[in-house]
Amino acid sequence: MSVILFTIILLFGAYFAGLLGSLTGLGGGVVIIPLLTLLLHVDIHYAIGAALVSVIATSSGSAAAYVKEGITNIRIGMFLEIATTAGAFTGAILAFYLPVQFIAILFGVILIFSAISSLRKKYEHVTHKQTFLARKLRLGGAYPVEGEMVEYGVSNIAGGFFMMLFAGIISGLLGIGSGALKVVAMDGIMRIPFKVSTTTSNFMIGVTAAASAVVYLQRGYVHPAIAMPVVIGVLFGAVSGSKILVHTRSSGWLRWVFAIVVTFLAIQMIYNGATGKI
Amino acid sequence: MEQQEKFKPEMVSEEPANVHSFHDTDLQKMIGWILRIGIYTSIGIVIIGGIFFLYRHAQETANYHAFNGVPVFVHNFGDIFSSAFSFKGQAIIQLGIILLVATPVVRVIFAAIGFLLEKDYLYTVISAIVLMVILLSAFSGHAG
Repeated sequence: MSVILFTIILLFGAYFAGLLGSLTGLGGGVVIIPLLTLLLHVDIHYAIGAALVSVIATSSGSAAAYVKEGITNIRIGMFLEIATTAGAFTGAILAFYLPVQFIAILFGVILIFSAISSLRKKYEHVTHKQTFLARKLRLGGAYPVEGEMVEYGVSNIAGGFFMMLFAGIISGLLGIGSGALKVVAMDGIMRIPFKVSTTTSNFMIGVTAAASAVVYLQRGYVHPAIAMPVVIGVLFGAVSGSKILVHTRSSGWLRWVFAIVVTFLAIQMIYNGATGKI
Repeated sequence: MEQQEKFKPEMVSEEPANVHSFHDTDLQKMIGWILRIGIYTSIGIVIIGGIFFLYRHAQETANYHAFNGVPVFVHNFGDIFSSAFSFKGQAIIQLGIILLVATPVVRVIFAAIGFLLEKDYLYTVISAIVLMVILLSAFSGHAG
């Protein structure tokens, strides 16, 4: 395949990955890695490197927009970034030692989990209970709901911190934002309102990915010829996605279609990993 | 007295810049700005590098099936910089990517400064820890 054809296919593929990732909230990384490895037969380390860089672009882009609205909790984000960056560093080092078959299978498993969690019904819950540690760390806050500021508390910080460590490892190991795991930590464990959890997760993804990207860059996993079309495509796709979202509320059927596609890709990754074809 | 005056809306606009203290909303605005500038410049550089790269190498064969690292001239920062200035497309792309990776790191640095201005010392320290983890990652990444 010529360089120009490879670049064009990747540009379009990455555009749709970014578009779907932003419409469903799963992120572009989860589609771009199967596209690179299964379709274009690119080495999985190159794929992870390129996806990781594109994740930084999309998360920083949307974080810039969210942060202005005042929903993102910068303190919660900063505090938990200690866990995610430490995890991401560990993950990037692990990626060097773990066999690629294992990475491919793990990727598939996380992909299925992400697809399922994107289908889950979202409940907006607010707790007013502040634990001792949350008070000390000033983690609670207020966020706008239909023009009114609603206050919320934060609980089970140790549990959330531990989950974030895991989310960081997965992000560094697989080159994805692992937004789904971050939301589980905040919304599920720490009882932070869903809207605050998702925007704060997005805010954290860039810093988390940067912590492992510095390792990947030095190891030669970020190839400019692959990363270029991936970053450009995913970013423009994500921008289009966010424009569509403003006009139409995210539709249920799209979520389902995407979940099915992602599950199919996940099974392919697991199969190829298990049979050593990756 | 001063506190009471601040709450009068007509006084706020006339308030001189040096009296105005640093708040969370300022921090949010600043972080939004840094992220936006970082993305626009880095993607711009990647696109320019991509044009140079495709102009020279469009008809070559793309084969990334086996892992071979990256081309020699993008191995370290010094080489990337000098190669970018001799218009090597891949070096320009890599320069843009490094800037992109640096964007969230710069965000952490500015958050630390912002918290310091807010006199929130706890979060200045927390931001510094995050920064240290990233730097540790950057400096030990090659050795591991």
